[in-house]
Amino acid sequence: MSAVIEEHHDHHDHKPTGIGRWLFSTNHKDIGTMYLWFSFIMFFVGGSMALVIRAELFQPGLQLVEPEFFNQMTTLHGLIMVFGVIMPAFVGLANWMVPMMIGAPDMALPRMNNWSFWLLPGAFGLLIASLIMSLMGMGSAPNFGWTFYAPLSTKYGPASTDFFIFSVHMMGISSIMGAINIIATIMNMRAPGMTYMKMPIFVWTWFITAYLLIAVMPVLAGAVTMMLTDRNFGTSFFDAAGGGDPVMFQHIFWFFGHPEVYIMILPSFGIISEIVPTFARKKIFGYSSMVYATASIAFLSFIVWAHHMFTTGMPVAGELFFMYATMLIAIPTGVKVFNWVSTMWKGSMTFETPMLFAIAFIFLFTIGGFTGLMLCIAPADFQYHDTYFVVAHFHYVLVTGAAFGIMAGVYYWIPKWTGNMYDETLGKWHFWLTTISANVLFFPMHFVGLAGMPRRIPDYSIQFAEFNAMATVGAFVFGFTQLIFLYNVIKTARGRTGVKATDQVWEGSHGLEWTLPSPAPFHSFTTPPQVK
Amino acid sequence: MSTTNHGDYFIPEPSKWPLVGTIALTTTVIGAVNTIHSMNEGGSMSILLPIGLLLIAYLFFGWFGAVIDESMGGKYNQQVDRSFRIGMLWFIFSEVMFFAAFFGALFYARVFALSWLGGGGNNEMTGELLWPGFEAVWPILTNPDNAVFTGPEKAMGAMGLPAINTAILLLSSVTVTIAHHGLRQNHRKPLIIWLAITVALGAVFLTLQVVEYVHAYRDMGLTMDSGIYGSTFFLLTGFHGAHVTLGTTMLLVMLIRAIKGHFTADNHFAFEAVAWYWHFVDVVWLGLFIFVYWL
Ligand SMILES: [Cu+2]
Repeated sequence: MSAVIEEHHDHHDHKPTGIGRWLFSTNHKDIGTMYLWFSFIMFFVGGSMALVIRAELFQPGLQLVEPEFFNQMTTLHGLIMVFGVIMPAFVGLANWMVPMMIGAPDMALPRMNNWSFWLLPGAFGLLIASLIMSLMGMGSAPNFGWTFYAPLSTKYGPASTDFFIFSVHMMGISSIMGAINIIATIMNMRAPGMTYMKMPIFVWTWFITAYLLIAVMPVLAGAVTMMLTDRNFGTSFFDAAGGGDPVMFQHIFWFFGHPEVYIMILPSFGIISEIVPTFARKKIFGYSSMVYATASIAFLSFIVWAHHMFTTGMPVAGELFFMYATMLIAIPTGVKVFNWVSTMWKGSMTFETPMLFAIAFIFLFTIGGFTGLMLCIAPADFQYHDTYFVVAHFHYVLVTGAAFGIMAGVYYWIPKWTGNMYDETLGKWHFWLTTISANVLFFPMHFVGLAGMPRRIPDYSIQFAEFNAMATVGAFVFGFTQLIFLYNVIKTARGRTGVKATDQVWEGSHGLEWTLPSPAPFHSFTTPPQVK
Repeated sequence: MSTTNHGDYFIPEPSKWPLVGTIALTTTVIGAVNTIHSMNEGGSMSILLPIGLLLIAYLFFGWFGAVIDESMGGKYNQQVDRSFRIGMLWFIFSEVMFFAAFFGALFYARVFALSWLGGGGNNEMTGELLWPGFEAVWPILTNPDNAVFTGPEKAMGAMGLPAINTAILLLSSVTVTIAHHGLRQNHRKPLIIWLAITVALGAVFLTLQVVEYVHAYRDMGLTMDSGIYGSTFFLLTGFHGAHVTLGTTMLLVMLIRAIKGHFTADNHFAFEAVAWYWHFVDVVWLGLFIFVYWL
């Protein structure tokens, strides 16, 4: 035994080679890279579906696809973007950055880490297989919207729904194991002196996100299990004829669903909280209030779910409770926005691509937050419900919020990952085209939504034509702009930008991850650093 | 198998088990769906299902076997032990939330849906027009549409078998604790005896559950198809039973490992993890006994 240890000690940075390096990996960086590439590929898959949707909606009337196929597109676009893009990207970033930020050599449970990743290609393989079969004329892919309400998904769901159910189970197992791993890493692998209140905010936001995941993914598993038995084994959870209730499905789903939206935003909050201080060259304003605000948002997320169901019907006391509880979330969120702005106040700011994305995040996410406040007012929601206003709201939160956070994080950390600076000119092109096109794409949706255009319908009334045409143009510009991002990432990874990154990378960056060489060594900290 | 030394840290070498796990699970679920679909049309089981399940068994033997070897080889330090503990605790918490979904469904059905179907709250017309004659009493013996979902003849009582099973599980929690005390004092004999008793109690519990299910299906008309009462009854007790089966299996593995002398007074986390799991299963049963059988 000891001989083996000695022998390895001399060259302990040796990497496994070939395909086995990825298939059998126990390395947090390799697994993080796989997560990020998986997410990137899925981003283009889900994005193409969005372009099918937008192409159909370019003009009123039906032109390109059958309504039946349109439904499959909206469903799969939503599922892929939520479970296949945003969540894996965050887990990938956590894999890469959390061990480096807390001074650990790797994740606490490296083999489980790899299993968490490899379950995803299995799960999405099932889902995408159902689409391929649908394209070949064999049945339909899931077509009931990403929220898969009963009885659309139970009594009226296509045969592929059962594959969808197990696919969700696998995604759930993956997320739960990933979350457990992150919690164990943060609780157990911090370097000496790295107390909880010294952890970078990104680590804190992921710590809290991981608890949300462990709390709600099993509930989602329960919901799809009830769907499975309702569909195949004669139970009547969601069937009033047997004493069940389809509304109960919505309650269970949104008990998962609302914390899920914070799962998709809290890590972005963390990324922004890393980037803004670096480029403002100031410490983050109100560190502890950031931590408490994140925790409050997480807590509140468990008691607001029925704001998605104001028009479904519930006792008035329930409507009021969920309305006021939802409004409360604006307070900790406001604290965060205030702190970011205060961090920039009188800072010595520069505007590299990560900072541009971070500032755009603060503006545009806040717009999404405000429309959220409008939606949470129950009587107003009776008008907005299931219109494009809702679509505009959650795309501001998820695209210019969550996805902008991820893009900011990639630009911010890619020099550390690859040892090379990215191409700043391309980065700026990517930023400006993305930000402008995203607003051309999503802002008009507010107007058509307020005027009553329903979501998830392939046709619309003639008076919505101009705004829809505008949104479609924005969508295609947005979609093809992401190829610049892809090109920039590949160029950087291959070292074709010609600029090497220093260890600190950014002039204003602080933290353990910036003390490691660029590119970061295969195993991060093999001896624990001392944190003062 | 070698382990790279990373200063004070333990990091496992590259491993094939995660990939095996993915292949096993994917095969199993494809097999399960194909089986369900073919059986709905009167067909037979898909071959992929047993293959997938065998792969899962292979996965457990292989992966846990590797971990046991590493543990017995003295490769784990205190930190690894803590990671395992944290992992197990939060895994159990995720299981709690899984059961919470089904308990939530039970409470929602009993408190809200039931009364609304019977015309409660502002739903007078729901009762009158949609389900006339439906009486909102729990357990539901006559469903809103009793032709589609035929209700059971009677409800499952709490006394009798369920009460006996409660006693058995509570007792088994005590016996596993006694076994643990034996282990902590390095007394192998009480460890093995009390652990064996725990396994036996788990097996008796499961046997009685089977007896109860047979009784429900054959004599009471209480089935999965008999409305929300049957649905919640069988899914809650069924998933609990599945967990007891898993727990008993794990206890059995612990018994074999105890006989082989794998555990020492201060290195036996596997045993503890299984004991935690067993207590969790016990607590879930108490919830079931109160809310499914009794009240
Ligand atoms: Cu919500």
